[in-house]
Amino acid sequence: MASFQGTKIDPGKFSFSQTKFFLFLIPLSAFMILPIIFIFSQALKPIDELFLYPPRFFVEKPTLRNFNELFKETSVTVIPMTRYLFNSIITSGGIVFASVMISAMAGFALSKLDFKLKNVIFEANIIALMFVPAAVAIPRYFIIDRIGLTDSMFGHILPVLAMPVGLFLIKQFIDQIPDALIEAARVDGASNFYIFRKIIVPMVTPAIATVSILAFQMAWNNTETSEIYMNNESLKTFAFYMNTLAGNVGNDNQVAGQGMAAAAAALMFLPNLIIFLLMQSKVIDTMAHSGLK
Amino acid sequence: MKKELSALGFVAPFLVVFSLFIVIPVIVAAYFAFTYFNTIQPPKFIGLKNFVNLITQDNVFMMHVLPNTFQFALIVGVGGYVLAFLLAWMLAQIPKKPRTILTLAIYSPSMTAGVAMSVVWLIFFSGDRAGYLNSFLIQIGFINEPIQWLQSPEHLMTIMILVSLWNSMGVGFLAMLAGVLNVDRELYEAAYIDGMRNRFQEIWYITIPSMKPQMLFGAVMAVVQTFQAGDIAVQLSGSNPTPQYSGQLILTHIADHGFIRFDMGYASAISLVLLIFVYGISRFCWRLFGEKD
Repeated sequence: MASFQGTKIDPGKFSFSQTKFFLFLIPLSAFMILPIIFIFSQALKPIDELFLYPPRFFVEKPTLRNFNELFKETSVTVIPMTRYLFNSIITSGGIVFASVMISAMAGFALSKLDFKLKNVIFEANIIALMFVPAAVAIPRYFIIDRIGLTDSMFGHILPVLAMPVGLFLIKQFIDQIPDALIEAARVDGASNFYIFRKIIVPMVTPAIATVSILAFQMAWNNTETSEIYMNNESLKTFAFYMNTLAGNVGNDNQVAGQGMAAAAAALMFLPNLIIFLLMQSKVIDTMAHSGLK
Repeated sequence: MKKELSALGFVAPFLVVFSLFIVIPVIVAAYFAFTYFNTIQPPKFIGLKNFVNLITQDNVFMMHVLPNTFQFALIVGVGGYVLAFLLAWMLAQIPKKPRTILTLAIYSPSMTAGVAMSVVWLIFFSGDRAGYLNSFLIQIGFINEPIQWLQSPEHLMTIMILVSLWNSMGVGFLAMLAGVLNVDRELYEAAYIDGMRNRFQEIWYITIPSMKPQMLFGAVMAVVQTFQAGDIAVQLSGSNPTPQYSGQLILTHIADHGFIRFDMGYASAISLVLLIFVYGISRFCWRLFGEKD
């Protein structure tokens, strides 16, 4: 027993034996987060620092000019930036709400209700978990075009609503809820809908929170729907707009818009970060129960 | 019967969007794979010709795309997976507060998506003297002339791998972290009594087997993520095909044929091969981790 070390997982406090892990993890984390610090640093740089030679990593005289410029520049063009932001907020909100909703409902049915297609659907969902969306971009476009979703707000929302990962995580979580609990409610005369609303949803909030974060990150960062399905400029999203600002190599924007692009990137990243920070403990909780069965 | 209908009511919303935007596109893509389709004229059935061409005629695919994809998948997919587990395991060995901060740092890159990254990596690897990497290497006297990092066939792949590894610690990594944290402590204790001697045995005989579901989830996510990366080469180098095909991955190849040369039939054929391939690897992961206890 003297050599027992196993319970060092999730230790309560720091002990000297942990030093080696810190020595490895801290530099690595620093490396991972440097580019993100760079985005913010770059966003706050005045124009002369942006093109300083040799370049400097950290900002010296921080200014909000880039953000101002971002808003100003776009207010004189045909479509103000606020419009893109508005589109992004509406579509992301819609996607998060609707996809979590339908995933939770389907997860409940797949886990606790009995019907014929049950196993087929779950199997198809697992296969879909592995499929590469870009590989079917072409037929998808035809379907979306055929049912008239191009150039409409729904074109952003509907195609990405089915989130295989979301259904999967929620279903696995609902599997942990004892059947007896549901049986008891049923004996008391509760309908499926009542059980879903009053028992299932409150008990799976960690999974719902996780799926919301994933859905938000996907929706908020999505440029594809704007690129492929939207011809009308005023229907495109902030992520798309941000992409045009950053520009590709050889694009004039790359020089002129560098400060603005960094400001826009910072604006893009911030909501993801805040939401994840608020919910991270729930995410870990959900992942602990994300067993594939 | 009534029970069936009620259950179907819960899955219906998911089922509709799932079929419409995932199942049907996959089926249609599979059909296109057997046609010649230039997006203007209706698809013309040509049997297996696309597949035969892929194997016998497509030099680029055989000489560049396959080796590139193989190399990329091996380092980013397998390497990233192993790294994710090691990081998760190390993070589990330190107390909660620092763990949360370091986890966030390591996870944060995967929140940024490609959009924000163009702001960081394009500037960092910029080909002129003012690019961060060039400027640094010139200052320490390692090189005299700036290197065109993103345009040079020798460096593009390395940079793609670095950037992909950097943002590969996503959902799978979080699942593994949760998995390690949730291993039953008593198992370790029992194992030590039975004569286990070191941490390596601990990981191999207790930790990994106890968190098989999370390992599987992480593996499937890693496979999917690796094959979904295709855009990155184009984003970095700004062109498709990439310089001398040095960064051409399967997805880049599909985009090249489908959206640039407008040979959707051929692009669909490659997509189908990719789909089957990804499914095959995932099945293999299943075999590895998924057996029912």
